[in-house]
Amino acid sequence: MTFGADTSAGPACPLLEARGITKTFPGVTALADVSLAIRGGEVHAVVGENGAGKSTLMKIFAGLYQPDAGELRLRGQPVTLPTPLAARERGISVIHQEFFLMNHLSVAQNIFIGREPKLAGGIVNDDRTLNRAAGELLERLGVAIDPQIQVGRLTIAAQQMVEIAKALSYDSSVLIMDEPTAALTESEVATLFRIIRGFVTPTTAVVYISHRMEEIKAIASRITVLRDGRFVDCRPAADLAVAEVIQLMVGRQIATGLRPAPRTPTDTVLAVRGLTSAVVHDVSFELQRGEILGFAGLMGAGRTETARALVGADPKTAGTVTVGGVPARIVRPADAVRLGIGYLSEDRKRYGLLLRQSVAANIGLPSLREFLRFGLIGDRRMRATAETYRESLAIKTPSVAQQLRNLSGGNQKKVVLAKWLERDCNILIFDEPTRGIDVGAKQEIYDLLRRLAGQGKSIIMISSELEEVLRMADRIVVMCAGRVTGVLDNAAATQESIMKLATQFARPAGPGKERQ
Amino acid sequence: MTTVVSPGGVPSARKGLIPDRYKGFLQQAMVLVTLVVLVVFFSAMKPAFISWSNISSLLLASVVTAIQAIGLTFVIATGGIDLTPGLGMAATAVVAALLMTGAGLPVAVGVLGGVAAGALLGLVNGTLIARVKMQPMIATLAMMMVCWGTALVLSGGRNLSLRGVAGYDKIAVGELIPGLYNGVLILVVLAIIAGVVMNKTVVGRYALAIGSNKEATRISGINVVRWEILAYVICGIFTGVSGVIMSSRLFAAVPTTGQGYEMYAIAAAVIGGTSLRGGRASVFGAVIGAVTIQTIFNGLTVMGVQDQWQKVVLGAVVLGAVFIDIMRRGGKEE
Repeated sequence: MTFGADTSAGPACPLLEARGITKTFPGVTALADVSLAIRGGEVHAVVGENGAGKSTLMKIFAGLYQPDAGELRLRGQPVTLPTPLAARERGISVIHQEFFLMNHLSVAQNIFIGREPKLAGGIVNDDRTLNRAAGELLERLGVAIDPQIQVGRLTIAAQQMVEIAKALSYDSSVLIMDEPTAALTESEVATLFRIIRGFVTPTTAVVYISHRMEEIKAIASRITVLRDGRFVDCRPAADLAVAEVIQLMVGRQIATGLRPAPRTPTDTVLAVRGLTSAVVHDVSFELQRGEILGFAGLMGAGRTETARALVGADPKTAGTVTVGGVPARIVRPADAVRLGIGYLSEDRKRYGLLLRQSVAANIGLPSLREFLRFGLIGDRRMRATAETYRESLAIKTPSVAQQLRNLSGGNQKKVVLAKWLERDCNILIFDEPTRGIDVGAKQEIYDLLRRLAGQGKSIIMISSELEEVLRMADRIVVMCAGRVTGVLDNAAATQESIMKLATQFARPAGPGKERQ
Repeated sequence: MTTVVSPGGVPSARKGLIPDRYKGFLQQAMVLVTLVVLVVFFSAMKPAFISWSNISSLLLASVVTAIQAIGLTFVIATGGIDLTPGLGMAATAVVAALLMTGAGLPVAVGVLGGVAAGALLGLVNGTLIARVKMQPMIATLAMMMVCWGTALVLSGGRNLSLRGVAGYDKIAVGELIPGLYNGVLILVVLAIIAGVVMNKTVVGRYALAIGSNKEATRISGINVVRWEILAYVICGIFTGVSGVIMSSRLFAAVPTTGQGYEMYAIAAAVIGGTSLRGGRASVFGAVIGAVTIQTIFNGLTVMGVQDQWQKVVLGAVVLGAVFIDIMRRGGKEE
């Protein structure tokens, strides 16, 4: 195997090195024999699709996970990192996408939490020393943040600077940043890059995880590509064009026979124009009768949020929705249900099901009124109805009186589907329909989606798996950072073209609230 | 006993023998068995316990707590709690009394006024909790104070005698059926109605759904705010009824009664198998729970156990009931 670590024997011994790392979770191999060498003085980008193994690798560097096989080396010496603290004490700091800051404490208190300088024999906190030390750190970063201000009052960009200052306070030599620019404006990104360049010396390095190709090209000296938990390639950034990186990231072929045949357009059942919420901006698309419309994109692209805003689960700030040609006012989920739009959440335990109630009670819940006779619920009729779905959807349960928590994930998904079918929903939104279920059950869900579309149901399928999208969707809406970046016909779509659109970040040029 | 056949590796009902469907009935049976055991025990210790006059007064004494517990069952089903039944009872009794003695209106108006005051209390509670999103414990704790103050202000801090109101005492202690107090009869009728509402109408079904998983219920297209408020209104109505019954029993609206009654009502619901985590409720159980509490008090009194110790025993019983609830739920939520 050849990879970027081949200089390890040379004089320039890598700063941090992973050798043959394997990590498995029940049912998944997250990393298989991955090697990676971070050299002093470099900004090393790690890229890959959702599920490629980037996060797992970073968590191993951070001491959050232990590898099942392989070893870590720091400056040529084997190390184990049993805890996040051990990693930090050895100079490896991770800036996660979500910050671990306490909003009600001051900047200085956050930076030195657990290590507060003491007075009076270690009883009283020495706030003056604390604030001065924090001020010096922030000054080294070249950012003007008051160490005494509450962290919760800072912008996201400034909070990130606090995290970086905290890392510096541990004398970190390796700084690992996970999607650091996700929430930043253009000028804030420029500041971050200046700080990254300032941080990197011949004895320090930055590991930079991102999907944003332009930024990677701008900041990284080398790029490592991971795919499906495996090492693919590691090359100097200067040698790689963006298109090449994307090709390395996706690089899988799908038998064309599995992809849907082109379909003749039918009438539009749902039209969304300019849908905007706190997370998504100006999303427009149309859904045709009997069509499966795929929604592709990276994590956090705003696909789930689009669906939630559409059905009224989250508030919309702008946009119109037309159902069957008639303008629709949807302010709460009840409105969407009345219009025959059913949302099957990815997080079915939180948003989909009453786990401690029976299969029949769950299926009947949205259409309870249909089962009323003289105001009383016909439980026998409801069980009989549930029984028909148990057969038609092949829900595996000994009885429809069974509590839902005793069913497997795939069967729980079918129960959510059954409840929308019983409610006569003609527009079904599946959010990650096959996440967390095994391969056999996956195929069953695919067949089910096809069958429903064949019966004239219109389906929106949100999926993070490119393969799944290409196999199932007639047309594909690609989203990135809360916006639609393209709509592709299946025949015209490739993994590369989807990934290209999924990484097409357009930055708000708006006022970067930078505290400089 | 039916056994569950599990085809092709499908998980059967947990721990085999009893399907989930029948576990509810079993729970109810357990509560009833506990009560019967207590009755047998006290009768064996003191034969006077089992006399009809003692049983009859025991049942009458359970009525107020039982009625409040029934109302609370709807709130607890949604995963909420209501601390106002106790002092709400005092306030609604005062309102009813003032309508009859102060304004000289007929008994029917007084009764309806008291119940309406309870409904209004529930509407305020429900609005604060479901719409304004206050925590149920805090909102109803505050409203409990408001009820207390209102009862004292409206009555001027005095007991409002109802001896002058003809027929009012018949509501609780009259005997439409000879040998059975009307209060007990009212309880039985209300319990049957509430049981049907809980088990066979959308009101109860939605309350239980909200208590099981509010967000999933909302996504299922149910206006959870409206149905949650209704649960508190129902609870308030039962508080109002308890106010009428209590004042009828005492021949007076006593603004200082009611403190601590909410605790008995909550205890009754919990003993009866209603889960404080929501999603699971039993009207029948709440009534049996209230009778059980009164049986413990009454039986211990007959045996000559001091009042203070009776409270300790009741506390232990409630802890036991909560413990059983936790065991049944298998510890944590999945």
